[in-house]
Amino acid sequence: MSEAKQQLTIAEHLEASGVSRRNFVQLCGMLMVSAPVGLALTKGNSVTKMAEMIGKTKRPSVIWLHFQDCTGCTETLLRTSTPDAASLILDVISLDYHETLMAASGAQAEAALQHAVEENAGKFVLVVEGSIPLKDDGAYLELGGKRGVNVLREVASKAAAVISIGSCASWGGVPSSDPNPTGAVGTDSVITDKPVVNLPGCPPNPYNLLAVVLEYVTMGKLPALDEYGRPKFAYDRVIHENCPRRAHFDAGRFAASFGDEGHRKGWCLYKLGCKGPVTHAACATRHFNETPGVWPIGIGAPCVGCTEKGVVWKLATFETVPIHQVTPPDNYPPVYASNGAFKVGAATLVGAVAGAVAGAAVMGSKRLPEPAAAAASGSEAPKSGSKTPLGD
Amino acid sequence: MAITRRDLLHKMTTGGAAVAAGGAVSTVALAGIAHAEEEGKLPPQAVGMLYDATRCIGCKTCVVACTQANGLTPDTRRDPLHQAPADLNNRTKTIIKLYKPVDGKEEFSYVKQQCMHCIDPACAAACMFGGLKKDVKTGIVSWNGKLCVGCRYCEIACPYNVPKFRWEGFNPEIVKCEFCKDRLAKGLEPACTAVCPKKAVIFGPRQQLLDEAKRRIADNPGKYYQERVFGEHEAGGTQVLYLSHVPFDKIGLPTLGDESIPHKYLKWQKRLYSYLIVPVGLYAALVGTIRKNWKSHEEHMQHEEKTTGLRAQL
Repeated sequence: MSEAKQQLTIAEHLEASGVSRRNFVQLCGMLMVSAPVGLALTKGNSVTKMAEMIGKTKRPSVIWLHFQDCTGCTETLLRTSTPDAASLILDVISLDYHETLMAASGAQAEAALQHAVEENAGKFVLVVEGSIPLKDDGAYLELGGKRGVNVLREVASKAAAVISIGSCASWGGVPSSDPNPTGAVGTDSVITDKPVVNLPGCPPNPYNLLAVVLEYVTMGKLPALDEYGRPKFAYDRVIHENCPRRAHFDAGRFAASFGDEGHRKGWCLYKLGCKGPVTHAACATRHFNETPGVWPIGIGAPCVGCTEKGVVWKLATFETVPIHQVTPPDNYPPVYASNGAFKVGAATLVGAVAGAVAGAAVMGSKRLPEPAAAAASGSEAPKSGSKTPLGD
Repeated sequence: MAITRRDLLHKMTTGGAAVAAGGAVSTVALAGIAHAEEEGKLPPQAVGMLYDATRCIGCKTCVVACTQANGLTPDTRRDPLHQAPADLNNRTKTIIKLYKPVDGKEEFSYVKQQCMHCIDPACAAACMFGGLKKDVKTGIVSWNGKLCVGCRYCEIACPYNVPKFRWEGFNPEIVKCEFCKDRLAKGLEPACTAVCPKKAVIFGPRQQLLDEAKRRIADNPGKYYQERVFGEHEAGGTQVLYLSHVPFDKIGLPTLGDESIPHKYLKWQKRLYSYLIVPVGLYAALVGTIRKNWKSHEEHMQHEEKTTGLRAQL
């Protein structure tokens, strides 16, 4: 974290660290795959062009604060499929303060935070992990003798942008579930004077974080956000739209219980309570740990909707959700239905008219002999006949 | 033809007279009055669609786009998780169906069903108050809720079984394709043609589409059924044209003559109802029959009274 190191561009730093260009371009390729649309960084660019653009940028300083969390979001950043990928991410960004990843502790750690904030004041990206307790003046979380909410306010006041990583930082997450004993809230309830990007998920995909940070430092702006402050490039669609099991849903093939034939065959998990149809996230297309299929639906567990405030920890795990955008199934109605509804309707109408006329004739001449009645309704026949052709 | 309150009352009065004279079918005669002014001629700026069954892959994107563009609620009445209507209905303005014979033949075809926008529409002819009307410029047949009484004559009159009645609720509503007229007004093309990934259904001036269809037939000898375009002449011609590799009747397009349906039937109806010949004739026959029966009945009673000496209770 020296002054000299800060001045290096990403490319220079990678070269100094002995990272091959090939590995860096591969990382850019991953980024391209995880955020193909919605970012100025990736839009219309080739991977090499993007690598060049990112390479010319100064390494962004990132300060990472923990509040009421489980460190799962940190784990998702570190548990890439190979150690190389994790260290590469840490080479691209300059992670200047992170409680889990630093050797220091106690007063030394507090001094490191102070130093990092002062050195990069107004330039660093603040990443917040975990919810912030507000009840009883924030008495439920203290860091180095300071209340958590005050630490956040202090550091955020000097940050260029704030990113909430994980569901806890986005809206409160697990700690905020009923009865919410600590009054846990998300970052954007505390920091209202700065743009806050929410990356909900339990945990979210680390490439979403990397994409937001690099978009910000390379293009100088934050990506477009939805109404919940989530970047649209990653949270604009529901999982159901791109789910690998979608074909089974459309064909009506559902796993009815865990371990049954349908479940073993990889059928749709909707009836087991999958929240994919209401959950906005890109899990179906952006792989965790760079490994295809390593995510709940991929391993046969229904989605719990961890990116949706109104779904996860609110709805029961096996409760089914409504389908908001209903689409056609994987089958077709025949050209001709087995009973011609139209012909039945026409026959009914003709019958009704003929019956009414015959009835009127009978009523008009009580005790009419049989042959005469037949003659009467016979004489009406052309009348109903003249009506039917319109219907034919 | 705009219908004013005055016209409506006038028609209802004529209708009342006709009911008194002729019975329940008088409203159909009224339809003839409404139709007389608009004989089927192709409007100058007639728009249309060309559906080529050989190009359709049955993806149903058009069905979804139609539902969204027209603000319809997807029809989940047959299957709560899917939009799976069996036919056109009050929530379905277009549908993709499948023709697949069960006798082991290899051939199959998808077909897109929707309003054909006939050049001389039977539905508009059957409508007693002009609730269904063909636009004089574009030829789009559209429905006007203010003039609909919910009689469903249009449903019965249509040879393609297109207009659908909404049974829920109190106000009558007829649902059918109107070529996304709201989108057309904004300069967009209809939703179904805009999204079709194979351009199996395309939108444009009818004449251009007809030329395109004939060009496809000429370029691909033997590919298309009977080497003809369905809708060029059928029932006076339609503004939605079909090309198919299987017989048209297999994909739900009926065999109709070249004469338009309103023309075919209204000419007979006019003859039957001129000077109220049929109603008067029927009424006379009815009166005659009753008189005849009454006479024989009285004779019978007199005979009874003579033989028994009791006065019959008449």
